[in-house]
Amino acid sequence: MSNIADSEQSAARGIVIGHGEFAAGLVSAVDQICGMAGKLVGLSMVGLTPEDIETKIRDELARTGAHVIFTDLPAGSATIAARRIVRDLPAIMLVSGVNLATLLDFVFNSEASPLDAARSAAARGKASLIVVERS
Amino acid sequence: MPIDLYRIDDRLIHGQVVVGWGQPLNARFLVLVDDIVASSDWEKELYRMAVPPEMDIYFADVATAIRDHPRYASDSRRGILISGDIDSMTRLVKGVKAIGSINLGGIHHRAGRSEKLRYIFLTPEEEKQLRELEAAGVEVTAQDVPSAHIVPLSDVLAGASR
Repeated sequence: MSNIADSEQSAARGIVIGHGEFAAGLVSAVDQICGMAGKLVGLSMVGLTPEDIETKIRDELARTGAHVIFTDLPAGSATIAARRIVRDLPAIMLVSGVNLATLLDFVFNSEASPLDAARSAAARGKASLIVVERS
Repeated sequence: MPIDLYRIDDRLIHGQVVVGWGQPLNARFLVLVDDIVASSDWEKELYRMAVPPEMDIYFADVATAIRDHPRYASDSRRGILISGDIDSMTRLVKGVKAIGSINLGGIHHRAGRSEKLRYIFLTPEEEKQLRELEAAGVEVTAQDVPSAHIVPLSDVLAGASR
């Protein structure tokens, strides 16, 4: 019997990279929630030079065919590297400030193109930030 | 107000600088000293977009930074000066006698460098440059983030805290 999660494990469409174990943690969380971590590749940039970070992302884009780079901080080295890549490769999109809601929307939106899915996911991620205060 | 931090960091503007140091120091401006970045409008825009709106960023090549240092140092706001490599900072220090301490924040692995700390890798020539800086009266220490242990240059070169 086929497994829904397995059937969804097609090629990766997005690369996640950030500080520390940020990417591995987010991809792990996606996997725990829906078993669709195969649509993402999590990268660490610990100990890498800016040039190495850029090379690592470029290599993963080429290897996987992914079209979207998700990074954590707008001020981060990964975002700087990704912006250089987006300048060179118009088919690649960068989404900075990624959170779990963003990635979940992205992996489920498999019928849309990767770039449309990324736009939708970014909107979902923004909307997921809420502040709850005791009234 | 003197500049709070003179930092060598090959990632230039990134999370550790903007958030890790910028917030506790309440830094309101950054000086990015890099000959290549200063000569490219695209590079400057790239780094400008990485800086939060409450923070100003000034770009300078080493010669300009030497010339403008009195202006940075007399700014009423707190500031951080960053250079991406030891050579640029050494040239800056030679032209600005007021710099008394240097923070090694991130010099990562590349061919010819050996590991000294988790975030500091140096070639023999770079080690020599740092020794010369300290011999000239500049305190050189390593510390990637404010909460981390401050490592004196002698311990850095010995790889004591690796």
